[in-house]
Amino acid sequence: MGKPIPRPTPTEKPFYDGCARHELQLQHCQHCAHVLFYPRTLCDHCSSENLIWQVASGLGTIASYTVVRRSVSSDYEAPYVIALIDLVEGPRMMSQIIDVDPDTLAVGLPVSVDFAAWSEDITLPVFRLQPAARVEGD
Amino acid sequence: MTPSGLSGDFALIGMAESDVGIVPEKSPRELCVQVTLDAVRDAGLTLKDVDGLITCNAFAEPILYHAEAVAEYLGWQPRHCVSVSTGGGTTFMALNMAAAAIAAGMANTVVVAMADSLRSFMTREQAMVVQSSSGHPHYEQPYGPTVPAYYALIARAHMHQYGTTEAHFAEAAVSCRAWASQHPKAQMRDPISVNDVLNSRAIADPLKVLDCSLVSDGGAAVVITRKDRALDRPHNPVYMLGYGEGHAYEHISQASDLTTSAAVQSGAAAYAQAGLAPLDIDLLQLYDCFTPALLIQIEDLGFCEKGAGGDWLASGISKPGGSKPLNTHGGMLSYCHPGNPGAMFGLTEAITQLRGNAGERQLEHVSTALCHAQGGIMSSHASLILGREC
Repeated sequence: MGKPIPRPTPTEKPFYDGCARHELQLQHCQHCAHVLFYPRTLCDHCSSENLIWQVASGLGTIASYTVVRRSVSSDYEAPYVIALIDLVEGPRMMSQIIDVDPDTLAVGLPVSVDFAAWSEDITLPVFRLQPAARVEGD
Repeated sequence: MTPSGLSGDFALIGMAESDVGIVPEKSPRELCVQVTLDAVRDAGLTLKDVDGLITCNAFAEPILYHAEAVAEYLGWQPRHCVSVSTGGGTTFMALNMAAAAIAAGMANTVVVAMADSLRSFMTREQAMVVQSSSGHPHYEQPYGPTVPAYYALIARAHMHQYGTTEAHFAEAAVSCRAWASQHPKAQMRDPISVNDVLNSRAIADPLKVLDCSLVSDGGAAVVITRKDRALDRPHNPVYMLGYGEGHAYEHISQASDLTTSAAVQSGAAAYAQAGLAPLDIDLLQLYDCFTPALLIQIEDLGFCEKGAGGDWLASGISKPGGSKPLNTHGGMLSYCHPGNPGAMFGLTEAITQLRGNAGERQLEHVSTALCHAQGGIMSSHASLILGREC
């Protein structure tokens, strides 16, 4: 069937253009300071249309996660990790956590963004566990 | 609340189910036609006596004008005819729309009918993909989530927040199966243990295959009218005492709270209209698409403290012989789950119990039932309280 690949609308284009540059772009409301995800034409907190794009830190924590053992279709190879990430800027997003031993996952662990090509034209944000804090002198 | 704002103004006077489970002989449309006519006959009526039809489309046989196609197949021209789709919540939202249509004078008596055949008229992969397509097409689906994965995210969050265990979730499946083993029509009837659930095939951690509802064929229909038209029918009427909805979000990644649902709002509204409390509910017919959904509804509908749903289930209170019987047909975990019609069977079972027609599994004392359904990923909720007396 093929993986579902986003076809960005004009509203969403800055987000996907950012992904292509390996930048996580988020909309910030200039009226109420709310930070939005997913991209919208207006603020989902105050309905203002005065939004600007800014590069996010790419840092967040795991709000929840699951290891998918039976894939949705033959286009996806199980196991893979689906997670909800709470970005430090405020919004929550769904993503995959890549290159991880599932046994090391836990709610609340810090993650950082990376980017992966999903098709010829579309790059998506994915996340990696942040390396454990280095022990002094290690 | 129901449209008049008055508890008990509307009554269910007819009901029917098709065969359920694996039913390859009839298409979803044909199952919908069959249960429509059977429900009308169960009410002691003919199609000429009924002037409204509300249906839900079928994934396995989508039709642009679904209700009209069902009516046409029957050679019937109801004056109110519409299909609605609010996912798993469709059943009770459609029933409330039927009551609204009657209250507004758009119809006098309405059939609500639904059927689908995810098991026999779709491949397993088609059924998986069509159901997971509820995910956001740009910000969820590309990552490959399945419907079990969405509910696994909720389960994991509940475990983290409240110390709920995989065994707690398993108790929900064990309880539903214990009831299904008493129902001759149930798709899955062999009793199971907590260990059976824990040792079943991993689907999306922490959910195993026995935490997931069935993939089935089947349909069901009910007939609703005003209470003054409900007397002198073949069966005692079952009254709608209270109704409420709650709508929190559509996509799970937009949920502000993963562990408390809008069932809090839908339940509170239904209790208020009925003038009843959880203590007064004799029979629970809740939406068990996945075991964590059932556990969270038990909490959010007020049957225990928030976070204590696992212990409530583990106490055995919901099993045969317990004081809060839950999903006495076996639920979508064990009776059948043809997709959007899933909650119809919780409704027909509640009517059957309230009529006193449930045979071997008939409850001794049952005068009220709470039926609950949800659409999306615990996104939108509908609670309906039924009673033998208005």
